Amino acid sequence: MLNRYPAWKNITVILVTALGILFALPNLYGDDPAVQVSKNNATLTDSTTTQVEQALDTAKLPYKSAAITDNRLVVRFSDTELQLHALDVITKALGNDYSVALNLVPRTPKWMRAIGLKPMAKGLDLQGGVHFQLLIDLDAAIQTKLQRDATDIRGSLRDKLVRYEDISLHGSAITLTLRTPDDVSKARAFITSEYPELTLTSGSEPNTLVAGLSPKSIQQLDQLAVEQNITTLRNRVNQLGVAEPVVQQQGANSIVVELPGVQDTARAKEILGATATLEFRLVDFGANAVLAKQSGHIPLDDQLFNDKAGNPVLLKRDVIVSGDQLVDAVSGYDQQTGTPDVNVTLDSAGASKMGVVTRENLGKPMAVLYIETKTENTTVDGKTVPVHKKVYTVINVATIQGIFSKRFQITGLQQEEAQNLALLLRAGSLAAPMDIVEQRTVGPSLGQENIKQGFDAALLGFILVVAFIAMYYKTFGVIADLAVFMNLVLTVALLSLIQATLTLPGIAGIVLTLGMGVDANVLINEHIREEVRAGNSPQASIHAGYRRAFATIVDAHVTTLTAALMLFLFGAGPVKGFAVTLSLGILTSLFTAIMGTRSLVNWFYGGRNLKKLPV
Amino acid sequence: MEFFHKVPQINFLAARKLAMGMSVVVLIIAVVSLFINRLNLGVDFTGGVTVQMSYPQPANLRQIRNTLAQAGYKDAIVQNFGTPESVLIRLQAKKGESEKNTGSTVAAALQQVAPQAKLEQVNFVGPEVGKDLATKGALAFFLTLTGILLYIWFRFEWRLALGGVAATLHDVVFTVGFFSIFHLEFDLNVLAAVLAVMGYSVNDTVVVFDRIREDFRITRKGTPFEIINLAVNQTLSRTIITSGVTLLVVIALLILGGPVLHGFSVALFVGIIVGTYSSIYIASATALMLGVSKKDLMVVVKEDRKVDDMP
Repeated sequence: MLNRYPAWKNITVILVTALGILFALPNLYGDDPAVQVSKNNATLTDSTTTQVEQALDTAKLPYKSAAITDNRLVVRFSDTELQLHALDVITKALGNDYSVALNLVPRTPKWMRAIGLKPMAKGLDLQGGVHFQLLIDLDAAIQTKLQRDATDIRGSLRDKLVRYEDISLHGSAITLTLRTPDDVSKARAFITSEYPELTLTSGSEPNTLVAGLSPKSIQQLDQLAVEQNITTLRNRVNQLGVAEPVVQQQGANSIVVELPGVQDTARAKEILGATATLEFRLVDFGANAVLAKQSGHIPLDDQLFNDKAGNPVLLKRDVIVSGDQLVDAVSGYDQQTGTPDVNVTLDSAGASKMGVVTRENLGKPMAVLYIETKTENTTVDGKTVPVHKKVYTVINVATIQGIFSKRFQITGLQQEEAQNLALLLRAGSLAAPMDIVEQRTVGPSLGQENIKQGFDAALLGFILVVAFIAMYYKTFGVIADLAVFMNLVLTVALLSLIQATLTLPGIAGIVLTLGMGVDANVLINEHIREEVRAGNSPQASIHAGYRRAFATIVDAHVTTLTAALMLFLFGAGPVKGFAVTLSLGILTSLFTAIMGTRSLVNWFYGGRNLKKLPV
Repeated sequence: MEFFHKVPQINFLAARKLAMGMSVVVLIIAVVSLFINRLNLGVDFTGGVTVQMSYPQPANLRQIRNTLAQAGYKDAIVQNFGTPESVLIRLQAKKGESEKNTGSTVAAALQQVAPQAKLEQVNFVGPEVGKDLATKGALAFFLTLTGILLYIWFRFEWRLALGGVAATLHDVVFTVGFFSIFHLEFDLNVLAAVLAVMGYSVNDTVVVFDRIREDFRITRKGTPFEIINLAVNQTLSRTIITSGVTLLVVIALLILGGPVLHGFSVALFVGIIVGTYSSIYIASATALMLGVSKKDLMVVVKEDRKVDDMP
């Protein structure tokens, strides 16, 4: 019989509709402004909740709820003004060991969250926050690696009694000058087995070797550096206490960081871009540092640095322990002097080395070297180029009073320095220095205004369209309206399901698919009218109208989908966001226009004896 | 309700030479303007700094310009943003100054004159980021055109494919040219709108093509000119309703969407109008001029049998 749908098609339509509504539902609830508290590297307990609640009660700030989820205490408020006040109050009440941050949390009911239903994430342009793009200086990472290799090779060759005159970095290769041809072959054998990524060639001078990196290993190192930087940035962002941050690689050498809800850009910038790390070294107390600085004659195994006051200090080249061997670092106050300090815990390798060194050097001085990479802009060939400079400062020289290994304190810092150092040490160091090349900040009020105005305008447009279509095509128009509405619901459901981030360009994609959905329905209804005008029976008109519109709708949708896929594959950033919503929208539009409306039409009119069609 | 009770009999394609000539002239103006005026590119593309400030009372733009000039930012562009109290400043960092610091420097300078001024937001984009975005965008655009070309070629015929691509290119150049001629700011949101225009244009063209193909297959008599004209007339009702309905939404966005969506809505508005026009006068007319005919669009009949029958 004409215009009857098999049961499986009807069931599919009903099922998809029901699932679509379910997945789209969380988006209806909106967000609560909230303050989020997390404790650095520790578990939150209910006592923190009580402490926060008491502080808020004392300050007479009403809050909606305060609860710990995923080791984060989330306090919800009814408006942003209360939220801002509360941020101050809570920060003061809790002190330094906690990260307190502003946040927006979805208002979805518990049962929805329990089965994993989440609203779409809103992009920064709609929610407010900061966006950074950081460019990684990969050359610097290579330099650092070679520098470290040079130091290690020096030590190992000495242990193996291979005699050398000099091992140092020249350009992008390590040059080794050895004593005898025998030493050369020993060094060659050692480096080949221990450092497979280094390629060895004989130098121009006798008894020299040059160790460089092949393009392939440079590429591998680059990728590793990018990955480590991303991991470190993630850690740091987590330390900042931001909810749902985005840290992504973009292109070969840059990373995008998005921090929704963050207003304090200065601190975020400081923490993201900082490349501070530490080294523990022995002080060469046998030599006179001031004299060495004046004469320029620095003992072979030493390096010259300055302390905070600018006085020269001679340190041994060998590093006892460096920042990446740290397990934990917490800022606090020295119990005897009350000055700020950082409590450090080392990993087992670092601890055993520290144990050996302190035992052998009891009563001798040890220094903490603070290494910071700073960016300066210089002009090369008329272009401003960032140049990374390592700044070394000896922050503390202390006599080794006893043997220690795993846990100890670093003193000699200002309070803020101690806090930031602890944070940076916890988060790990960057493999390569980075430079912020792009920053966008959107105030939350601007975000809300954007979304409200845009939403109101789109809603008005939508209502006008719905009213017009219903008037123009009568019952078939109402069915078309239902289809277009379902198209919107299904697109939102898919976007929520894959947890896509909705941005303004993404909304452009949705608007376009809604337009295409309307077009598909217009095509169907125009074809049906045409058939009716040609004198066909109502049932035959419905059948032929759908059949003829089908090919056109599929062609139009697939061509646009081809375009959207190209944009997704080759576009970047906002173009990609547009392509994602457009592609999903095209798929749902195909479904709703062809199967969705047909099942409704068949259900209403299929198999009935009709004289006239309300189209 | 119905706009056209009978299929209209408008001789659209009679005016094709005039229309194409006009389109060519307009496109030349657009391209020339793109070369001379260039695009008023937003910081997204050029690199630079935007600072948004809000004042408790309507802002004195001249005073702000003077303050900025004294602070060393000579080429700063200062304009109201949405409301008289809100000001958008676009400028390039001073020589040797890092873009990161420009925002706070500017805000500090302005707050010295008007202490109640509030810094709403700072954006900056390094020059290489913008360049990257522009090249990637251009690449994506041309590959997309190729994709459309190949798909229409595969599903229809190469003359129609060329017509479709010509129409899409026409719409994009026209819309971008419009922004150049009228010096409207071209930012990321406008780029998104241009992409949407591209999608709309393709959709609209394919719908007309589909009808052309159908008519070529079912009509026995008639020249290609008459058949294409018939197809355009048959789809006219749908074209007007779809365009009109989409424009309804765009006009709502244009009037009520606020300053952030303004460029976006303008691009969509212009693009939808030319997109509708180009389906008829660029896409179909190009295919006609390239000599598309009945036999090009007939269903291909497999003729394997004949080979077997051969002795």
